[in-house]
This record gives sequence, C-alpha cells and structure tokens, in this order.
Amino acid sequence: MYILRAQHIYKHFGKYTALKDVSIDVKKGNIFGLLGPNGAGKTSLIRIINQITGPDEGTVLFEDQKLSPWHVAKIGYLPEERGLYKKMKVGEQAMYFARLKGMKKNEAMYELMSWFKKFEIEGWWNKKVEELSKGMAQKVQFITTVIHKPSLLILDEPFSGFDPINANLIKNEILELKKQGTTVIFSTHNMSSVEEMCDDIALINKSEVLLSGSVVDIKKKFAKNTFEVEFNGNMIAFANALWAGYELMEKHMIENNHHKCTVKLLNNNTVNNLLQTLIPAVEIRGLKEVVPTMNEIFIETVQGTAGNTKITSFTE
Amino acid sequence: MGKIGLIIAREYLSRVRKKSFILMTILGPILIVGFTVGAVVLGSADLGLKKVLVSDQSGFFNEKIKHDKSTSDFVYTDKIVGENEFKKSEYDILIQINQKVYENKTVVMLYKKQPDAAWTANLINNINVVLEQYLIKRNGKIAYEDYIKIKQGVNFKQLNANREDEKKEQKAMVGFIFALLIYMFIFLYGSQVMRGVIEEKTSRVIEVLVSSVTPFQLMMGKIVGIMLVGLTQFVLWVGLIFVLMLSAQNYVFTDMRAPANLPGMADGVTAQMTAATTDSELYNFIFHDLNYPVLISMFIFFFIGGYLLYGALFAAVGSAVDSEADTQQFMLPISFPLIFGFIISQMGLKNPDGQALAWASQIPLTSPVAMMVRVSTGSVPVWHVVISMLLLIGAFIFTTWLAAKIYRVGILMYGKKPTYRELWKWMRYKG
Repeated sequence: MYILRAQHIYKHFGKYTALKDVSIDVKKGNIFGLLGPNGAGKTSLIRIINQITGPDEGTVLFEDQKLSPWHVAKIGYLPEERGLYKKMKVGEQAMYFARLKGMKKNEAMYELMSWFKKFEIEGWWNKKVEELSKGMAQKVQFITTVIHKPSLLILDEPFSGFDPINANLIKNEILELKKQGTTVIFSTHNMSSVEEMCDDIALINKSEVLLSGSVVDIKKKFAKNTFEVEFNGNMIAFANALWAGYELMEKHMIENNHHKCTVKLLNNNTVNNLLQTLIPAVEIRGLKEVVPTMNEIFIETVQGTAGNTKITSFTE
Repeated sequence: MGKIGLIIAREYLSRVRKKSFILMTILGPILIVGFTVGAVVLGSADLGLKKVLVSDQSGFFNEKIKHDKSTSDFVYTDKIVGENEFKKSEYDILIQINQKVYENKTVVMLYKKQPDAAWTANLINNINVVLEQYLIKRNGKIAYEDYIKIKQGVNFKQLNANREDEKKEQKAMVGFIFALLIYMFIFLYGSQVMRGVIEEKTSRVIEVLVSSVTPFQLMMGKIVGIMLVGLTQFVLWVGLIFVLMLSAQNYVFTDMRAPANLPGMADGVTAQMTAATTDSELYNFIFHDLNYPVLISMFIFFFIGGYLLYGALFAAVGSAVDSEADTQQFMLPISFPLIFGFIISQMGLKNPDGQALAWASQIPLTSPVAMMVRVSTGSVPVWHVVISMLLLIGAFIFTTWLAAKIYRVGILMYGKKPTYRELWKWMRYKG
C-alpha cells in the first residue's frame, strides 16, 4: 500500500533543526507533492530518503523494509541542484549513471537506446555535454534519472530550466510513468502543477509538516461554503432574496440584466435552500462551488504560522 | 565491477584519454632526453666539414695523418704558407710542419675558428703516431707495439679512505631524485583530485552521484583512479626514457661511448684505458652499487602511501570550497609539511644519517619524501623503515577518515567559503 513511510524524522545541523518530527506516507502509484517555501526542510527530507544523509532520529521504511543501501537501485532522483559532467560524452555519461544504479551493461545500452529514440536525440550520443543547450542537457538528465526503471521517482523542482514545450514533454513522461506504476515524489513551489498532477501532498514549513493528505480532501477542508451564481435579472431583486442566512460576497455585472455573484451560505443552509430562495427572484444561468486553489491554501497555511511575515505568492 | 570500480574506471579513463595527458607522457621523456643529448652534442662538436691545409717542409707527413673524412678534408703541400696567405685562402685550418720536426717536435696550427678540443686532441695524437713511427723506423731496434707498451704510463689509482661516505652521498642523491619525483607527483596529482572534486561541485553533478553511491565511495574512487593515472604516467616515462636513451646512445653518442672508433693507431690502447676508468667510477655506481629492486619498490610504496595521505586532504579541501580561487587558505597547512619534508631531505643529502632526516623519515606527513633519501643509502635499519611504513599506513587511514567526514558535508554546501571552525563542526555531524 505504502511504498515509502518516513516516521518521526528529526535532523539537526549543529544547533539548527532542519526537520522536526516529520512523517509522510507515500502511497504506491501516486504522485506525492512535497510543498513548502525555501528553507522549509524539503531538501533535507529528500536527502534522507535518498540516503545521502541519515536522520538523527526516526525511521524510513521502503516497501515496509528499513531503508538500506540496496534500495538505491529502486529510487530515481532528480535533484534541484543538478548537472552533468561537461567534458564527458552524452552516451558515455548516461551509461555511467545507469551502471552506478546497478544496471548491467547490455541492459543499460538497450534502455538508453529506446529513450534516446523516444526523445529523438540519437544524434547526441557522441556529443559532449558542454555542446548542448541547457534544455537539451535537462532532457539527458531526465533520462539518466529514470533509466533504471525506479519504482520511486523523486523530482525536486523538475520543471525549472525547461522551456514550456520540454516541460510539457517531461510532464507527459511523468504521467506515463505513473500509468506504468511508478510512484513519484514531487517537490515544487509551482502550485498549478501540483493541482494538475498530485494525488497527495504534504506541506512543510519551518521544519514541520503543517498539512498532509489527498488534494481532494484538503481542498474540501479549505472550501468556505461559497458559490458562484450567474443569473439574468435584477440585481436588487437578487440581493433582497438573500436577506437572511446568506452573505453576498462579491457582485459583478457582465451586461445589462446579466450578473455573476459570489454567495456564502450561513446557518447550515444548503445549496438547495439557496436555489429555492433565488428561483422566484431571478432566472439562474449557472451555479458552481468556489473551491480554493492550492496556491491560496498554501499561502493561508504558511502565513498562519509565519507570524508577521507576509507571503504573497509562491508561484514561480 | 562494483560501484567503486566504475568510479575508478571513469576517473582513470577520462584522464588518460585527454590530449594533455598523452602529450605530457610523450613530450616529457622526449624533452628530458632531448635536452641531455642536445647539451652533450652542442658542448662537444661543431659538425661542419673542416678544410685543413698541411704545409709540410719535412716531406715526410705526406698523406700520413689519419683523420675522419666526414669531419675534415686534408690537403698537403710542400710550399711554405704564410699567415696572411692562409687568411685569404679557403682553408679553415693550417698546419705548419717545419723541416726539423723530428728534433724540435714543434708543429704550429693556425685556425680561423677554433676546432673543438676532441678534434684537436685527436689530431695531436695522430701527428705523434706518424712521428713515433718514423723515429722507431730510423732507430730500427724495436717493434712499434713494444714501444707502445714501454710508453704506456702506470695506471695510478687514488682512493679516498672515506670513499664509502662519498658513495653514500651519491646514493643519497639518487634517493633525492626519487624523493623529488614523489614530491612532484603528490602535488601534481593531489591537486588533480582537488580540481576533480571542485568540478563535480560546480557542475552540480555531485548530488546526482551521491544518490547512487556513498560519498566515501566517490572520494576513494576518485583518489585511486587518479593515483593509477600517476602510476601509468610514471611507468610510461621510465619506459620511454629508457628506450630513448638507448637509441640516443647508439646514434648520437657512438664516438663517446667507444673512443676506439676514433681514428688513430693506438686504438686498442686508448680503448683499454678509457674502459678502465669508466669501469671503476660511474659504471660501477650505476650498475652495481644501487639496489634497484629496493629503490623502485620503496618508491612505489612511498608514492602510493604519501599520495593517499595527501590525496584525501586535497579532496577535503576541494569539497569545502566552490572554486579553485578559494582553496589557498586551506592549501597552506597541507603544502607546508610536504615542502618542509622536501627541504629536510635536501639538507640531509650531505649527512644522510643525521637526526633531522631520521625524524622526518618517521613522521608520516614528511616520511614519503624523506625516507627515500635514507633508503637509497642502504644504511637505514630495517625496523626504521618498517615503523615508517606502518605509521604512514595508519596516517593515511586516519586522514582518509577525517577527510571523508568533511567531504560528505562539504560536497553539498554551496555559497560562503567555510572557516576552520565550520569544518570542525562538519566533522562532528552525524550520518
């Protein structure tokens, strides 16, 4: 069920606490978003999962076993600070990384060939990395991350450095890998990609997990019981109909006799109650619930703990 | 092949395939041999053809002076040729032989450009031969060969009663050359380790790597890979120098190696005499006094030991900084003991059994350089060498352990150059 469980992780660097009682559970086959502002502790946690450093306290379980060196072959990691050997040839370098992950020579060669074909970069095999553009190098880097068919893929800000076309290509590859059963941990500040791709998230701020769960549940939790109503009719009639049990949050005229308003339900009123109240007054054209975006949830949660620090947006 | 093997292979192959490595490996020996040969050739001879006019009043020398036709061309005349006439002539050298040469034994040579000493000595020898032959023939009572035996002087050998000390100094000198090589190789390849680590940091490839291998494997793989590059270069240099020297000896030094090839009647004798002198000194020293198996195996041990000791420290320095420009403050404490060991070795040349060298050859940071000087003299007790070796092994295990602690933290740190205090903190970080 869970491919990875980090339980009560603590990590200190001298007096500085990077992680404080952090627990995350990553379900098999899901895309898991690890969110948080810079310096929150995301990279520290990711490094522990990759066994680059060890936790001071707490345990990490990989497929219900204690995380051990041989698990390296089952994990693919694309760090935020990433790069390739500039003087080394693309093909040779990809081979090197594949073999460091424990692949056999023939197997690695076969897989590389099919990835190079897929990305239409067969001609790059004998080029040195320094001859490639940044975007081209990122493609090679992505291949070296997934070449050994990891069951867990950890991507730290995967889209930074890609142009929109290549970013889309990579996004589709990630979704394709998910279809094949790969689990993905996805660390980012890019909230729109979280909404598009993630099943579950954990939000870390100041070394602690503030929020975790499925995206759907979290959105529900943050929903404020507000609805957007579009109607034909008189604005005054509409406002009068809502005199008790509702709050008119916003009003907006699209054209004469055509309005769009946001209404909050009070006192246990339901959507049905709202409709019953409105139908006699105006002609309803549409109604939908106003759901908070992940960006709003992110800012609200982080600011709630950040005290005086104002955080306006984390979209990059 | 394990992961560390893969790393060693990459570090090794990426360096030996570089053009600069191939160029250095080939050019190094060519330059060394070339300079040696060039210096000898330039110092010995101008190779142009000398035109020699022999003005012979005695009438006896006609065509009898032996000479090498490739370097000089002899023309004989019975006319008296004056200095002014010679100056205007096409000849480079004028030899004036007077009528009474058998009695006054005086021959004058005029030249426009002084011929080299070897050529002149040869000429004198050959003129003597002609004169001697004439004189013996005139007396008619003794064979020329017998005369040569009589004429040959006593082979007077002088020996220093303290010659063992002198020899020891010479041997120490040979050890010092090996020590110099170790010193150079540690700096050369140690800084390659450092640059390699910095390159992995600045190209940001390091974090990708440590998600597949442990920092310790990465560090050791790099150190060992570069060590093999160093050994490869050493072996190729020794081999190439050997081959080049042999061929240079055959083609360039033919005359010098065997003076018997020089023209002259007393061939056998001069050859014998030269052989006798070379035999006793340099030849014996090079081919009998030096214990090559011990020297070479000690060189390899102390090179590897010293390199591993310092290589780990160089790796730690590389991991702590973001660019080569920042390495200076950390390089000083590493370079200092090595330079110190080198200076002690140099001073110890005059007295290889002195106290300073004895201590320096035991302390691991200086022993790779200092012990070579002592080992080469052959007078160092075996247990001194064994202790020095054990201490060196212990020390490189210690520095590797220490360096690994700095390395594993340093490679993931970017930005500010750390202070010594911070390095100390890194060492105490857990896991």
